[in-house]
Amino acid sequence: MSPMESFTPIASTIGGVLIGIAAAGLLMFHGRIAGISGIAGGIFRREPGDMAWRVMFLVGLLAAGVGWSFFFPQDYLVEIERSTGALIVAGLTVGIGTQLGSGCTSGHGVCGIGRLSKRSTVATISFMITAALTVFVVNEVLGGAI
Amino acid sequence: MKVKVGAFLGGVVFGIGLAIAGMTQPAKIVGFFDFFGSWDPSLAFVMVGAIIVYTPVYRWAIRTWQHPIWAPAFSLPTREDIDGRLILGSAIFGVGWGLGGYCPGPALTSVGAGSSEAFTFGAAMLVGVGAYQLFMRIREGRTGRPADAQAAAMIDG
Repeated sequence: MSPMESFTPIASTIGGVLIGIAAAGLLMFHGRIAGISGIAGGIFRREPGDMAWRVMFLVGLLAAGVGWSFFFPQDYLVEIERSTGALIVAGLTVGIGTQLGSGCTSGHGVCGIGRLSKRSTVATISFMITAALTVFVVNEVLGGAI
Repeated sequence: MKVKVGAFLGGVVFGIGLAIAGMTQPAKIVGFFDFFGSWDPSLAFVMVGAIIVYTPVYRWAIRTWQHPIWAPAFSLPTREDIDGRLILGSAIFGVGWGLGGYCPGPALTSVGAGSSEAFTFGAAMLVGVGAYQLFMRIREGRTGRPADAQAAAMIDG
């Protein structure tokens, strides 16, 4: 694929605005930060009275995938070469890293930066740097497949 | 009931936003970091689009509202210190993000879409999340600290 061929500025901005609306709604109605790793982590803590909104938000996230993929399956194509082993290592590091770092792209990158939080800005810089280094190694050293 | 329906709708809108934004395609995530190949700046447009909506609502709500519409109080992060856990944990997350091309939201909504790659990644991710939470629970139990009553305030997102 030639440079910039896959760049989708309009669709990505519209999608971003929808993410912002959902996050703003969760704040206005529930008073919560829309951080997916934080919402998922809270389910494992099983605090009484703190479960329903978390479970329902994640069920909504899954339901969106079920419904949207029915009409637009191409939006879920992977198109990178990753072995099952690489996906497992990636999933484990994302799971542990987001809990240790108390946030992910949504919690730190959108809500945290949106709140002008110094912690979330530092976290976002941290995960952006290591993601870029990882992609550099996979694409430039290992030839794009792992 | 309304709280459950509201949270469900929030998840639906969030998930559709991710799909329209292209964030459920790992190639677009990897493309954002592929500065030496075919760079795809889309991810930056997603973040800017979301923050432009979120920031004014956040500032207006926390300054002028006594409480959220359906909850007695806002549950917002209070910490401001930069610690090693924040930087190290985020760095570990970034490695997995670059490796798999999924972060937690896109992975979970792509499981709903029936993606086998997202299922493998997502299952491993939940094992990682669960293992960490279990480890912390055991550790807190041993040190006699309260079972994280202020957990919401300690977690940034």
